Amino acid sequence: MALLDVENLSIAFGGVKAVQNVSFSVEKGIVYSVIGPNGAGKTTLFNLITGVYTPSEGEIRLDGNSIAGAAPHELALRGMARTFQNLQVCMNMSALENVMVGAHLKLDRNLIKAMLRFPSLARRDDQLRDEARELMRFVGLEAYWNLGANSMPYGALKRLEIARALAAKPRILFLDEPAAGLNSKETAEIDELVQKVAESGITVVLVEHDMKMVMNISDRILVLDYGKKLAEGTAQEVRDNPDVIAAYLGSTV
Amino acid sequence: MSQFLQFLFSGITVGATYALAALGFTLIYNASNVINFAQGEFIMLGGMLVFFFLQAGLPMPVAIFLAIAIPAIVGMLIEKFTIEPAREADVVTLIIITIGVSLVIRGVIQVWLGKGTHSYPAFSGNDPILIGGATLLPQSLWVLGITALVVVALWYFFSRTLAGKAILATSCNPLAAQLVGVNTQWVLLVSFALSAALGAIGGVLLTPITLTSYDVGIMLGLKGFVAVVVGGLGSGLGAVVGGLLVGIIEAMAAGYISSAYKDAVPFILILVILFFLPRGIFGAKVTERV
Amino acid sequence: MNMLRRHKPLLILAAVLLCLPLVLPNNFYYDIAIRMAINAIIVLGLNLLIGFAGQISLGHAGFIGIGAYASAILPTHFNWHPLLAMVAGAVGASVVAAIVARPIFRLKGHYLAMATLGLGIIIAIVIKNEATYTGGPDGMPVPALGIGSFSINGEKQWYWVLAALLLFSFWASRNLIDSPFGRALRALHGSEVASQVMGVDVVRYKVAIFILSAFFASLMGSVTAHYIGFVTPNIADFFHSIELVTMVVVGGMASIYGSLIGAVLLTALPQALSTFEGWETVVFGSILIFCMIFMPRGLVPTLAERFGGRGEDA
Ligand SMILES: Nc1ncnc2c1ncn2[C@@H]1O[C@H](COP(=O)(O)OP(=O)(O)O)[C@@H](O)[C@H]1O
Ligand SMILES: [Mg+2]
Repeated sequence: MALLDVENLSIAFGGVKAVQNVSFSVEKGIVYSVIGPNGAGKTTLFNLITGVYTPSEGEIRLDGNSIAGAAPHELALRGMARTFQNLQVCMNMSALENVMVGAHLKLDRNLIKAMLRFPSLARRDDQLRDEARELMRFVGLEAYWNLGANSMPYGALKRLEIARALAAKPRILFLDEPAAGLNSKETAEIDELVQKVAESGITVVLVEHDMKMVMNISDRILVLDYGKKLAEGTAQEVRDNPDVIAAYLGSTV
Repeated sequence: MSQFLQFLFSGITVGATYALAALGFTLIYNASNVINFAQGEFIMLGGMLVFFFLQAGLPMPVAIFLAIAIPAIVGMLIEKFTIEPAREADVVTLIIITIGVSLVIRGVIQVWLGKGTHSYPAFSGNDPILIGGATLLPQSLWVLGITALVVVALWYFFSRTLAGKAILATSCNPLAAQLVGVNTQWVLLVSFALSAALGAIGGVLLTPITLTSYDVGIMLGLKGFVAVVVGGLGSGLGAVVGGLLVGIIEAMAAGYISSAYKDAVPFILILVILFFLPRGIFGAKVTERV
Repeated sequence: MNMLRRHKPLLILAAVLLCLPLVLPNNFYYDIAIRMAINAIIVLGLNLLIGFAGQISLGHAGFIGIGAYASAILPTHFNWHPLLAMVAGAVGASVVAAIVARPIFRLKGHYLAMATLGLGIIIAIVIKNEATYTGGPDGMPVPALGIGSFSINGEKQWYWVLAALLLFSFWASRNLIDSPFGRALRALHGSEVASQVMGVDVVRYKVAIFILSAFFASLMGSVTAHYIGFVTPNIADFFHSIELVTMVVVGGMASIYGSLIGAVLLTALPQALSTFEGWETVVFGSILIFCMIFMPRGLVPTLAERFGGRGEDA
């Protein structure tokens, strides 16, 4: 059974059919990429799967259980995590605290214990602080661990979102254009980071425009165009697909 | 039956004032996404200024003109000096700013004209008109007539004149409006002036019936906002219908249930509405873009 | 040493509260200090809601009113022990908060402001109208607070009670914002959607912090009532709610120290303004406008940034 199954998924905003009848499945442990021109519906697809939007039609299954229409926080509990194309970092918190929020569901969230700072809770928090710092090192942000998120550069914030998502110890991680707006050196570093994440056993679903990176690391690729599925398969299959060549890749690959 | 009619009359009369306040809220909200918590103070200003100018010996028409023109200018000053500098601020900040404005206006009037309750003669006497066993004050007819006139004038302004259309365009898409040459700054000023004038008109009309004092603004403004919520935020027609509805429900509750709790009625209404329509009045789920 | 560093602010506050009586010349100044402490505790709770969680309440005086009147009515008319009455008031306020919170915290901005404001006004109206129990607009006396034969009397004793309560609130607030719960609260302010996908049930958190701040507001309402020995409907007034919000925004949203500074400054202000009889409202309003336009983050965070980098909790 596939980890994630999407069947005939659709949503419309007013007249715009942002995602139409899209079906695909993601096996456990792979890197699955979604590509397509701007406005193709990639982010919308992520928003649907992670519960941010409610689908107008279709079915989404995680481990065979239907999750369409579930709230994002319920899906987090089932092992989903994601990053955002246009940053959603909490600028009112420090970098480290942002990462710590990622571990939210792994912690004791009791209000009374928090106010009275129960020793068990304090101990776990100190431990988490170390873990979060370790994660920041993993994504290459050790230099920033003590800073407020609002004083970090754009490229670092992109990584911070990845560290925060990893703190949740997800089973499946959705990365929405992690390299967007980065220069080629930074892109290569993100490329490497995504590989490392995938090797750690986390299933990765990736939206990315950098074709070299996509072709490099993806086990399978889904091509969207105007909200519809244009093609799906391995990198080689997608590359050779005449529809894809005509509509999207053109002569660039 | 005559009792019911009586309550209905008084409900529609105050309801018309709420409708004017609600239109004021809507105008400013549409132009700037700000809910102007000082809206009620314009109602207070209208009544208090007429009282003051009559005291000062001016004839009624002049007093009324000034009592509408001055709040309109105050409205523009508010936009220029408190809203514009905080354009980028979040909702909570803007709410607090307009509350600050409301306190300043109310405080100035309190110091200037005192804490007393004031009134002035009705526009055309106090001989009640008998309808179906209930009495209707001539001033109520003034309130309803002028409100109807204002609503029609507003409708004409927004649907038939270039200036009105420019304001509508700005509320739909400020950037696009700017690109096609609308002066959006000017639109904001006009919206505040108009909205203040609307409130003041309500106050000028209602005061002979309900009396006024420096502190009536808050309650009237809040009820105007309740009307906005009942009618649907952003809709002009909704504001009018909402205003009348709130006025009528309040009058009925005061008459049949408890007059002591009259002022609580609109707020209970708003809580009930929010309770049963948790997504707000429109019912539609807006998908916020992320 | 980590321990010492962590508790340094608490120790400083304790030292200030301990030394203050040495410089307070008479009961008039004790009285001001007590009122400052009462407001500071309420504002600490309100700041969790407004500053940290990014929500708003324009009706918090209503909860203060519930506490104050529970402490006045239950012992007077029903012979309850004042402490029990105090707890009953706080629980009552929490229940009221809980009932309205679920629907209103699904809403944002304007609706939230209006719904909380409406709630406060309804509570104030009930207090004014139920004269048989509340004494109506004239108010009613409140019995002394005590256990057995001992009761808290006079400004000096109340000072120590409030010093202890303030220390506790300060400590608990600092603990809270630096906990999983507190981080979730701040995260939903920073990015609601990000906190949701990290597993934060945002409505639940907003509701919880609203209830908590209502609970403390009610407790402090009870304390105020016992301290003054008399209560009038003004305590639940809209203007009182605005005063408290002003303290939050002037001192600094999302700043624990800001809450203390805001409460101290704005409690002292009316004393300073007594020469400007009648202009208080105008001054209050002007402060609100000025603050929101020129330093929307409030005094403490703005100054902390200007002098010496990041404030500890700014
Ligand atoms: N919340 C929303 N409301 C209205 N339209 C939306 C919303 N989210 C996305 N869209 C529309 O859906 C289409 C797909 O957008 P998106 O998923 O962001 O594309 P991509 O990520 O592939 O660039 C676009 O036309 C966009 O304008
Ligand atoms: Mg996208």
